Amino acid sequence: MKFAVIVFPGSNCDMDLLWAVKDIMGVEAEYVSHNETSLAGFDGVLLPGGFSYGDYLRCGAIARFSNIMKEVVRFAEEGLPVFGTCNGFQILTEAGLLPGTLLKNSSLQFICRPVPLKVVNNDTKFTSEYEKDEVIHLPIAHGEGNYYCDDETLAELKANNQIVFTYEEEVNGSLENIAGIVNKQGNVLGMMPHPERAVEKLLGSEDGKKFFQSMIKNFGKVTV
Amino acid sequence: MYFVKVYVTYKDSVLDPQGEAVKGAVHKLGFVEIEEVRIGKYFEIKVAKSERPVEEMIEEVCDKLLANVNMETYRYEIEEV
Repeated sequence: MKFAVIVFPGSNCDMDLLWAVKDIMGVEAEYVSHNETSLAGFDGVLLPGGFSYGDYLRCGAIARFSNIMKEVVRFAEEGLPVFGTCNGFQILTEAGLLPGTLLKNSSLQFICRPVPLKVVNNDTKFTSEYEKDEVIHLPIAHGEGNYYCDDETLAELKANNQIVFTYEEEVNGSLENIAGIVNKQGNVLGMMPHPERAVEKLLGSEDGKKFFQSMIKNFGKVTV
Repeated sequence: MYFVKVYVTYKDSVLDPQGEAVKGAVHKLGFVEIEEVRIGKYFEIKVAKSERPVEEMIEEVCDKLLANVNMETYRYEIEEV
């Protein structure tokens, strides 16, 4: 399996992501610039955290119009895996690949700490290695992670079992403590927490490893 | 040439924590009569005359870029200059 880690101006978790999948999980991965127009040869896309285009206008709003995003949308429509963490999640909602939006944290503070999360749906290709309702600890680092959608969208998310991760405590004001969701087709997942920053005991948690193990096992040609 | 003013604001159903914080400060200034503050965005846009109707262009730009219709609404004023 070969991952593309997309690099936007202002991305700052691209190195963490590449390191997590390549050095820890042992699969191929390469950086792909926002200016590129092709994802030929890749089996999965990872959208990193950071502050793409300075978060100008709204988080992820400008990144959505970069060259590579047309190709990411095509990739997603073809059923190939696309994962966005933090700013990557914000970009996925702005691009219309995931429903809802991320508002400013209710506390107005930038929150940077590990948080307990529940894997409420392990029946996805991103979370199959976790137990159902397993509580894991992943770091968050965001100012705008307050998930919001209208009632109709929320009902749809629930009906289709699209809510994947929830915070175990009130963190940022997110609707129903939603931390991560998947699209209806099950191949695009966005979450505010950072699994790539929790893949080694030295970092305080290895709970993110099963996330990438699930992706590689279910989407990849190589088993870990 | 057209001069267009676009106002993007949160939908009523969306909580605006920044507006709430500003309201708190306004109350500390002594203006307790001020019941609500909501923060939005304001754009000034200059558009050259062309065959494309200016309203259509502005609405498309708002829908696709300036506003996130999940959480925001917009209104605009067009002035011929």
